[in-house]
Formats: sequence, C-alpha cells, structure tokens
Amino acid sequence: MKKRFLALVLAVLMTAALCACGGGKSPAAQPTDTPNGSAGEKALGGEITVGIAADLDTSLDPHVSSSSAGTREVLFNIYEGLLKPDTDGNLIPAIAEDYTVNETADTYTYKLRDGVRFHNGKTVTVGDVVYSLTRAAGLETGEPLVAELKGIASVEAPDDKTVVVKLKAPDAEFNAYMYASIIPEGSDPAAEAVGTGPFRFVSRTPQDNVVLEKFADYWGEGAILDKVTLKVIPDGQTMVMSLRSGAIDMAERLSSSQIADLNELTILEGSSNIIQALYLNNDFEPFRDIRVRQALCYAIDKHAVIDLAADGHGIPVGSSMISSMGKYVVPELVDYYKPDVEKAKALLKEAGYEKLSFSITVPSSMPAHVDAAQVIVEQLRAAGIDASINLVEWATWYDETYKGRKFEATVVGMDTHSLAASGCLARFQSENSKNFINFSNADYDETYLKALATVDEAEQTALFKQCETILTEQAANVYIQDAASFVAMQKDVGGYQFYPALYIMDLSTMYRVK
Amino acid sequence: MINTKDRNFRIGAGSTLVMLLIILIGLIWTPYDPNAMNASEKMAAPGLRHPLGTDNFGRDIFSRVVQGAGATFLIALCSVAIGLLVGLLVGGLTGYYGGWIDEILMRLNDSITAFPSLLLALVLIAVFHTGKYNIILALGIIFIPTFARIVRMEVARQKSLDYVANAKLMGVKSMRILFVHIMPNILPVLLSTVAIGFNNAVLAEASMSYLGLGVQPPDPSLGRMLNEAQAYLSRAPWYALSVGLAIILLVLGFGLLSEGLGGEDRA
Repeated sequence: MKKRFLALVLAVLMTAALCACGGGKSPAAQPTDTPNGSAGEKALGGEITVGIAADLDTSLDPHVSSSSAGTREVLFNIYEGLLKPDTDGNLIPAIAEDYTVNETADTYTYKLRDGVRFHNGKTVTVGDVVYSLTRAAGLETGEPLVAELKGIASVEAPDDKTVVVKLKAPDAEFNAYMYASIIPEGSDPAAEAVGTGPFRFVSRTPQDNVVLEKFADYWGEGAILDKVTLKVIPDGQTMVMSLRSGAIDMAERLSSSQIADLNELTILEGSSNIIQALYLNNDFEPFRDIRVRQALCYAIDKHAVIDLAADGHGIPVGSSMISSMGKYVVPELVDYYKPDVEKAKALLKEAGYEKLSFSITVPSSMPAHVDAAQVIVEQLRAAGIDASINLVEWATWYDETYKGRKFEATVVGMDTHSLAASGCLARFQSENSKNFINFSNADYDETYLKALATVDEAEQTALFKQCETILTEQAANVYIQDAASFVAMQKDVGGYQFYPALYIMDLSTMYRVK
Repeated sequence: MINTKDRNFRIGAGSTLVMLLIILIGLIWTPYDPNAMNASEKMAAPGLRHPLGTDNFGRDIFSRVVQGAGATFLIALCSVAIGLLVGLLVGGLTGYYGGWIDEILMRLNDSITAFPSLLLALVLIAVFHTGKYNIILALGIIFIPTFARIVRMEVARQKSLDYVANAKLMGVKSMRILFVHIMPNILPVLLSTVAIGFNNAVLAEASMSYLGLGVQPPDPSLGRMLNEAQAYLSRAPWYALSVGLAIILLVLGFGLLSEGLGGEDRA
C-alpha cells in the first residue's frame, strides 16, 4: 500500500514538474522584425526538415486544379510555368525569357529561355511547352485541367524558340494564369514528378514525408539547401512540440496560439493569404433562404472572432478577395453587416427558422479554424442559433466537404491560384467545379463573365468589385478575415519569404546559418 | 490489512463523493457559463473572480472543469454500464452453461482483446464518427471482454458450490439460479471491477478527447481541455494543472474505492 501511495505522490509531482518546465520567465513570443528571420551568415548546402499540416494529395499532377493549397505550395518548388510570381506580387519570366501581347489582348507570344533543363536532364523545348499547355487547357479532351486556361483557343510553336497562345476572347489578365506547370512532352505527371523548379522530387512516404533535393542544373540562382524533408504532422499540438524539440526546423501557417510557447524560435508574421470564413453550403435547406444566411452574418462579429481566436492578428474581410490584391479590394464590404443579434433573430423569424441548428465541419489539423469555429458557435448561441462543431481529419474534409460537398457549414481558409482577381472569384460561378458551397446566382455569373471579357482595366476592376459586392449582399458566406500566418524557424534557419496574395512556400531562398 | 482497506475505502468514498457533489451542482449551476467567452479576461490567473483562472478565450476554467468532469464522468459511467451489462450476460451464460456457447462467445471475446484497446477505440470511432455518444459506444464495447471474463470465471466457480447444487436439486430454473442465486454472490468482485473499469473509462475518455475524437468543442471534457491547455503550458500553467488535478481526483477516488471494496489487486 505504501508503495502505491508513494507512486501516486510521485505522479502528482511529475505533473507539476511537467507544467513547471514549460513555464519560462520570458513573456509570450513576439514576432521579430527582421524579414528573413535569423541574421546570421548563409551557409551553402545543408538540409532542413519542414513540418506540414496536411499530407499531399494522392496525385501530384500539377495541372489538377482542384488540388489542395498545401499540395500546390509544395509543387511550387518542383514545377514552373512560363512565368512565375515574385515576392512583390509581379509576374517574372521563368521558362519564358520574354513575352509580347498584341493590342487586342487575345494573342500572347512567349520566347523561350535558353538552356532551361528538366530534372531528367533534358532541355525544355517548344514541344514540351505546347504539350503542357495543351494538356492543362484540355484542348484535346475538351475539359481543361486548369480551369483558368479554358479561354485558350490554340497553342502553336512557329519556330523552336517561340510559343504563340491564341485566346477565344480578349483577356488582359491572361498572363496571371501562365504559372501552369511545364512538364516534359508526353509525360504523365501523376506517375513521375519531373519539372524545372529549383528542387526535384526524390521520394514520398504517404502520410509521413516528402523528400526534395536541390536541382543542380537549375537555370536561375537555384536552391541554397541541398535537401528538404517535408514531414507530415497533422496535429497542431504535435507540430508545436516538434518545433520545440527540434525534430523539425520550420513550420509555417501557425496560429497565434501555436506560437505562444515557441519563445526560443524565430517567429515571423505575415499574411497566410487565405480568406477565412464560415463557408455555407448554399444548398443546405435552411441556407437556401438568403435571410438565414444574412442572419448568420449579423449574428457573427468578425472583429471579436479575430480578437478571441487569433489574438487580434488578421485583416477583417467582407468578401472573397485577398487583402493584398490592392485594387480589387472593396473596403466598404468589411462591415456591410454590422453585428446585430436582434436583427439576426428577426430575420430568422421572418424566414421561419427560429430554431435553427446546423453543424460546422472543421479540419482538426488547423487550430486557427478550430478556434475561430468555437468563437462563432458561441456568438451564434447568443442569437439563439444552435451550431455544433464536427472535427474531422484533413483528408476527410477534403474528400467529403470540399469534393463531395456533403456539409452544412465549414470554417476554413480559401486561397487563390493566381494573381488575377479570378483566382478568388471563379469558384463562385454556379457551374464551377470548385464551387463547393453550391452558390448559384445568375447575376453573379453574368457579371463575372462580363468582367473576364472586358479588356479595359478600370472597367474590368469595377466589374470584379461588383462580383465581390454580390457575394456580400447575397451573404454567400460569413466572411471573417485574411488570416495572419506565423512562421516558426529554429535559430539556425533563415531565408523564409512571404509572397503577397498567393499561397506559396518558397524553399529555394531558405538556408542554414553558419 | 483490514485497517488499510477500511482507510482506503473511506478516503476513496470521500473523494468520490466530493467530486460527485461538485459535478451534480455543476449540472444545475456553475459560477460562469462554461462556454461564455470574454475577450477582456483572456488568460487571467487564478484569483477571486476566477478561482482557477481563465483560458485563451476568457472562459472560466473552474466552470469548465466542473462541466468537463461531468461530461467525462457521464461517458465513463455509461460506457462501464454498457460493458457491465453485456459482460454480465455473456459471462453469465458462458460460465454457467459452458459448452459451445462458451467456446463461441469467449473466442469472440478473445478476438476483441487481441487488439490494443485504444487502437480498437480509434477504429470504432472511425466507423461511428466522432461525438459524445459514439465514444460511449466505442468504450463500452472495449470494456465488454474484461467484464465478461471476470463474470464467467466467478460464475463457473460458484456453479460447483453446494448452494447451486441444492438449488438444482430443488428444481429451480437455470436462469433463476444464475441471476437470483449466483449473481448476488459475485457482487463484491464485480464492484471492484466496476471501480477499476470506471477508472480506465475516465482515462480512456480523456485520451480520446485529447486526440480530438471525443467530446467536440466548444463543449468541455477533461481530455479535450487537457488538449487545449497544452498550448498554454507556459503562459497559463494553472489551466493544465487544474484539469490534471480533476482527472487525478476522479481516478484516485475510484481507485481507492475499488481497493477498499476488497477485490483482487490487479491494477
């Protein structure tokens, strides 16, 4: 008996000790100011391990546009398009050296860069480019793999340095889609990942890791690190523990609660370039009624959500437009619905849903969304709405909620594919394959198509803004914020760069500190 | 020996009673609404306004611990009840009749025990989906084999005793012998098994909710709260500490109780 009692006392002491160990004198972690984190000297070579919250999609085909943002952000390091985005939000030549656009903006001519090589050692030819664009635009099958490229009428190569892309209709923004990956002619990217990026794909162990290696023959400056291992860590807390223990060197897209205990690491703050919202399945019976959706908008106070769930880090948004896409943002929409519980109740009563209850599906690997959902549930309760949270694994969310569209509401973040406004807005067209919220509005479809066909920039911007306004007025979703993203790195790692608007993890600039 | 047992029983009963009382009061009244958030009181240290401080949403931890303990207690109770009822039936029948029923049911039993219990619970949750009631069901199923085995052993032992033979000679029906004559005699053993099982259930619920598979947020449960507290170990150590303490008290109470009840020493 004595032994047992002793064991018990020990257990209590150990618990106390465990908590005490965590308790440092230092205050909560503050983001450092230096843009690239550690100021130490760059070391050439070396390797790092990066934690990622979700496993990559089964298929690594870069042309499958329904791929998850997490997959695309890794593929960014392996594949390149004719053009690629830079950290200032511009498009810079990549595989193409230069390009020209004709006056009517329906013919784009690209001149290929000399000596760009694929990971398999072959030089990129016009044949590869024509094959890749034809495949991505679905010119032969009739079904574009990259939805944004459906405007392409033909892709031709008049000589062995030039590729001419003709469009069905003028599109001044077309270059924004030219990130479409170039792959070797005749290859199947689902079977082998061969691109031209600074890193080449080495191996993958599903649900565990992905290994990338520096591509020595890269045409540009290329990667600094020799090897990067991406480790899949689906649990937010495990991610934090792995960072503390040093098992991983870096993780991005952390929430403010996750970085709370990471005092010993370099913390950078930037935007994660996602629109976090309570996305509503517009096909779910109660949500078919606009008054119910508007009631939710009035019931939820986005500023309070940001304060409570994200410690005030994050930019409130009112529609589906990433906040760094400057000219397209409509600031008036942010507070279009002023929090008003009484109004919410009145609208629900009018719609005949006084006792509204629904479930919010949230991927459990994303603490930022889980926390936001908790605050939302609490706010809805004040308006007499009974919302419950249903935590699911990322893969389940992706398959059932996103692809299967079997959900009532969900809190997640949506990113944009391109630097064009369409990257944010295309998915809300009635028939769009990515329209997982089943939003259907004839006015929206018409305005969107009109905007795409408009060549004049000012006029086009106005039309896109109108699209955003329709989303807000129709209360398609309850918009919360352009979420902040925290990047945590060990002190001996540096070089992380934030990109505006896009969901990108650029590993090529990362380095070990000597 | 008698003395230690007695003492354990008293301490266990006392601690359990106190926890039960708190949980019961928590059903009717808590100092604060356990889910009410307050941006101005995030991470408040324990003090007069909040006896155990507040969490990252400014929610009162004491109220949440009380409600969370209630949720955990309820899950533990129900899952033990499922395990006990089915276990009684299976164990009673197999122990009393033996033969092919025994063979089939006990092999089935063995096959369940072949899996590590937490893994089995995870598999069951994957099938049933997450949620409070599914956790009860999953844990209940996991507890069946233990109860069945113990009941079977005891029934088989009692079966050969004189009073059963006498009852048979007097022409009492088998079912009556089993449930009216034998069952009361295995009660002491059963009670301590229940207490140990309850302990396991509390810990299992805590682990499942800790993994995000049990009680869904924002509703509190001890495991769920422990999971949330982990992120704030250095900023708000009182959070994890008070949840851990609640778990210890619950488990300790029942542990001592079971020992006091005089079952076998199996823990």
